Amino acid sequence: MTLLRAEGICKAFGGVQALRDCSIDVEEGSIAGLIGPNGSGKTTLFNMITGYGRVDSGDVYLNEKKITNLPPDKVFALGIGRTFQLTRVFHRLTVMENMIVAAHHKERSGQQGSGRSLNPFARAGGPATRKRAMELLEFTGIAKLAGDRAETLSYGQRKLLELSYVMIADPEIILLDEPAGGVNPTLIGTIADRIRELNKQGTTFLIVEHNMEFVMGLCDRVTVLDFGCPVVTGPPDVIRNDHRVLDAYLGTAEEDDDSSAA
Amino acid sequence: MSASRPMSASPMSASPMNASPVRANAIWRIAAAVALLAVVAAVPLTSNVTLVHVGVFVLMYVGMAVSWNIFSGFSGYISLGYAVFFGSGLYTVAIFSKHLNLTGSTVFAFLPVGAVVAGVIAIPVGLIALRVRRHTFVVITIAIFFIFQLMAYNFGFTGGSAGILPPYLNWDPNTFNNPFYYIALIVAVGSMVLAWGIWGSRFGLQLRAIRDDEDRARGLGVKTMRVKLIAFVISALIAGVLGGLYFYFQQEALPEFAFNPFLDLTIALMVFVGGFGTLWGPVFGALLLEPYLGYAQLQISNSYVSEIVLGGLFLFVILVLPRGILPTAREKLTALRAGQQRRSAAKGASPPSGMTASTVQAGSGSPSTGSMR
Repeated sequence: MTLLRAEGICKAFGGVQALRDCSIDVEEGSIAGLIGPNGSGKTTLFNMITGYGRVDSGDVYLNEKKITNLPPDKVFALGIGRTFQLTRVFHRLTVMENMIVAAHHKERSGQQGSGRSLNPFARAGGPATRKRAMELLEFTGIAKLAGDRAETLSYGQRKLLELSYVMIADPEIILLDEPAGGVNPTLIGTIADRIRELNKQGTTFLIVEHNMEFVMGLCDRVTVLDFGCPVVTGPPDVIRNDHRVLDAYLGTAEEDDDSSAA
Repeated sequence: MSASRPMSASPMSASPMNASPVRANAIWRIAAAVALLAVVAAVPLTSNVTLVHVGVFVLMYVGMAVSWNIFSGFSGYISLGYAVFFGSGLYTVAIFSKHLNLTGSTVFAFLPVGAVVAGVIAIPVGLIALRVRRHTFVVITIAIFFIFQLMAYNFGFTGGSAGILPPYLNWDPNTFNNPFYYIALIVAVGSMVLAWGIWGSRFGLQLRAIRDDEDRARGLGVKTMRVKLIAFVISALIAGVLGGLYFYFQQEALPEFAFNPFLDLTIALMVFVGGFGTLWGPVFGALLLEPYLGYAQLQISNSYVSEIVLGGLFLFVILVLPRGILPTAREKLTALRAGQQRRSAAKGASPPSGMTASTVQAGSGSPSTGSMR
């Protein structure tokens, strides 16, 4: 069953057509990959889906419900979490406080201590929230840093923090924008493992990534964008050998081909 | 103690050990705060009219700096329109007191009305100004400030440039300042308690998240406009009370003093000197600067000199201590302590244990790296 569907999205920034008639389906329970050269519209598509920009035309559906052009907070509340290419954490808050800010919507929706939510001076983050936050931080391996300010974290740790605090709201689908970008190889392995585990627990993923090894090892289906338009969609094996992909993205360099096959 | 924190079972197993020193520390702090409060509250007993007079101003500025910081410091939106609400509260109280011919201690009964009017005015002002950020927001607040000052000059009910005459308060000159002192003290302490309560609350956390990355906060479901507006109104309520108090204390409602551009600059300077967006910074800044301002007003005949000194101080703070005195001092202190600990650890037999800790940490990540190459 299709969980997330974008249909015929068009978006222009001035004279630049970032997305042209772009359609993409993400199956429930899958890990979908989105690749393409720089400027092919991957992040723009993410922005259009998550409400960080308005589409010129086209529609976005979550569980067949239309969510086109909803503001980011509504999109998040409906169950789409996302991370950013350049991590966006609250750098002067502690790691735990970052988690609590993201858990806010979950607390309000009455699952944990709903009676307190009416009081604006209620302490942030009830025991249940903190416990859940701690579990997630242990899951991503940064629990030791819970009391530290986010600005003291390394880039890779911030990526993990962003993943953790998106997860605390239990989204149905998580959109990851270059989760492995600028991260050391060990940490990339950790991130991939965590994504796989979460996927087993039922979370769907849509991942933008330039690291071919990462994408091909993780994703069930990969879509290639070029000039704001999907060129081809299929399983990693097919994508790897498709000549249109090689033309659009990998180029003709032999080395790139080798590394992706390795 | 273990019963009161059942959630700390597995992940925070280390915290119960630290809990008792933390609690002792908290008790010590509360005791110190109460003692300090008692000393401050006893100041009028000295019957020193000048001291109490200065005290009223100091406490009013503490209240203003703290409440300005609740909005601007926590949210990161630097407002130079605080005087809009100070002046609105001031004129509201003045108009009521003129039409109702208030005398005696009943004059203070309308301070809350001044607060409410200022708070209500803050709603449309906030809805307009809070749509924009950073520099644009600063400029909009200044523009709104001058609109209000112009209105005070030109409307009939404000008395124009002649202002509104206050009621004659035939109180004993020796104790005249005392009620003002205690009201200012209540407002100042109330603002501090409010700021402290907001800081750790969900609301405060959302404000501070907005300061760091407003769009991201919105993306995580924070109702950013509502949160900003509530903080803006809270700040305006306190400004309104203090405006009303100022009216009776200074016995004047004149446009140039009710809507005084220097008020905002002074408050902002106090907060930046002490520590922008911190809990104690504004208090510290007001305690540091207001006595100087009072002194300068009395002792330096040429008022431009004191303003030049203030401007120079502002430059110094922005260039040398951009985060304010308290955060910088705290950082230095922490670094010093850490250095001492390192040194004492180096003297004892601990270097080996320190080494093992670091090797274990490095080792936990290395197996996979090793297997790769």
